[in-house]
Amino acid sequence: MSGFSAFRLLREALRGQSGWEPQWRAPAQPQAEYDVVIVGGGGHGLATAYYLAKEHRVGRIAVLEKGWIGGGNTGRNTTIIRSNYLFPESAALYDHAVQLWEGLSQELNYNVMFSPRGVLMLAHNVHDEQSFRRHVHANRLAGVDNEWLDAEACRAFCPPLDIHQQRYPVLGGALQRRGGVARHDAVAWGYARAASALGVDIIQNCEVTGITRGVDGGVTGLSTSRGEVRTRKVGVVAAGSTSLVMAMAGVRMPLESFPLQALVSEPVKPVFPCVVMSNTVHAYISQSDKGELVIGAGTDQYPSYSQAGGVQILSHTLEAICELFPMFRRMRMLRSWGGIVDTTTDRSPIIGLTPVPGLYVNCGWGTGGFKATPGSGHVFAATIARGEPHPIAAPFSLDRFVTGRLIDEAAAAAVAH
Amino acid sequence: MLMIDCPWCGARAELEFRHCGEAHLLRPADPATLSDAQWADYLAFRDNARGWARERWRHVHGCGRFFNALRHTQTDRFAATYKPGQAWPEPPA
Ligand SMILES: Cc1cc2nc3c(=O)[nH]c(=O)nc-3n(C[C@H](O)[C@H](O)[C@H](O)COP(=O)(O)OP(=O)(O)OC[C@H]3O[C@@H](n4cnc5c(N)ncnc54)[C@H](O)[C@@H]3O)c2cc1C
Ligand SMILES: [Zn+2]
Repeated sequence: MSGFSAFRLLREALRGQSGWEPQWRAPAQPQAEYDVVIVGGGGHGLATAYYLAKEHRVGRIAVLEKGWIGGGNTGRNTTIIRSNYLFPESAALYDHAVQLWEGLSQELNYNVMFSPRGVLMLAHNVHDEQSFRRHVHANRLAGVDNEWLDAEACRAFCPPLDIHQQRYPVLGGALQRRGGVARHDAVAWGYARAASALGVDIIQNCEVTGITRGVDGGVTGLSTSRGEVRTRKVGVVAAGSTSLVMAMAGVRMPLESFPLQALVSEPVKPVFPCVVMSNTVHAYISQSDKGELVIGAGTDQYPSYSQAGGVQILSHTLEAICELFPMFRRMRMLRSWGGIVDTTTDRSPIIGLTPVPGLYVNCGWGTGGFKATPGSGHVFAATIARGEPHPIAAPFSLDRFVTGRLIDEAAAAAVAH
Repeated sequence: MLMIDCPWCGARAELEFRHCGEAHLLRPADPATLSDAQWADYLAFRDNARGWARERWRHVHGCGRFFNALRHTQTDRFAATYKPGQAWPEPPA
């Protein structure tokens, strides 16, 4: 597979785009045995496979995906990227990811369209303001950029914002200028392409249905809809389905899976310069390069695997969007959809070892894991390769729910991103 | 939006209700005697099943009372709602 370059684009333009090949190999069947098998072909799983091959030189790696790669939350999210989380452990993890985002298109030779256009989080009441100012200070101590803007400065940064409306008064906002968005599909495809080039087998339409364990309790293999696979190391990266996959090995998880929805408008000319989030009113918005407004809503109140949420959740978000940005009041919405997000009680992810030898898990990203994709894959690959947690991943262990060392990011990530 | 049958008030729109998590979780009578793992299990670890699930709801904007429900987590269909203290019904075949 040859790389992308300006020269190549020009050459293909001159010969009718006839020279493009598939971007990754797509074996129909898994091999009989692998050194590491990743369950789940979302961004996190594919990134894990890529770094396992690239940095840890693991020989035989497979990614098994029950549907198509990127068809889970990776392809359903509103792509907000930022790292201004409260606790040092989180800031380290998410900022590791932002640093990788900054060079990712070059690293993968694939345009993931990372666009650090700034993420502005609105404060609507005194509590929000206090909480955000605390975040700003904590982030500065952790070396992560985050600044407080008063209401006028918010409007100057985002002109469509109405700071004078009465319903959701804007007191100010926290702005992370290095934050932004990326193209979700390109992230899955870019990692798949780069991993495949390093020999990783990506097998789609291959559902894992069982985890087999040996006499010592350790993993010995997987049952799949495409036959048995022998392996001593399995990394489960299955987002909303994690509890179901882990149950195959008899492991109960501190997770609940909820529907989370998003929607896009009809495409319009560039009107919206940045990303705006409002945790208090459960609304977040940006404009894609295609011109659609990309709008995220809140989760439903009950756990569900339906991949469809209630319409009242969407209308609540749209009411808030129309209030904050009156110029969108007559805009038509094109599509809405749902994903299933796996949430933990402290709203922080779980990355690491499990009670079953050879079984690793990376989950609990809930409503906000897209931003972490490169960093998550990077530290999880190291964790699997070495059999011990990468230092950045270590605080996010499964046993923090037993020791009580929770990383409570509920204020930063309760519903939004 | 779901239609939910409060055992006291009858069928009402979901907006009147609050979901309160997995049902039939008994708070340990003497938490001090539990191991950390047992306590964590009570606090955080959940079935999170795909299929029929027993869950607690509260009719917050109605009679205010708690009740339990048997709901399918893939179709979101309710098989039954029942009062606290009642035995849980068998899931439909
Ligand atoms: C509407 C919405 C908006 C969001 N907005 C944002 C945002 O703005 N910013 C942000 O940072 N995050 C956001 N998120 C969260 C983010 O999408 C996720 O945290 C992240 O994409 C998770 O990536 P993943 O690779 O772990 O999961 P996924 O992409 O869901 O991948 C998991 C894969 O596992 C596969 N799988 C499951 N079970 C099996 C099995 N038995 N065998 C084989 N494969 C299996 C699934 O098919 C799936 O493809 C949002 C999520 C949603 C739903
Ligand atoms: Zn009632």
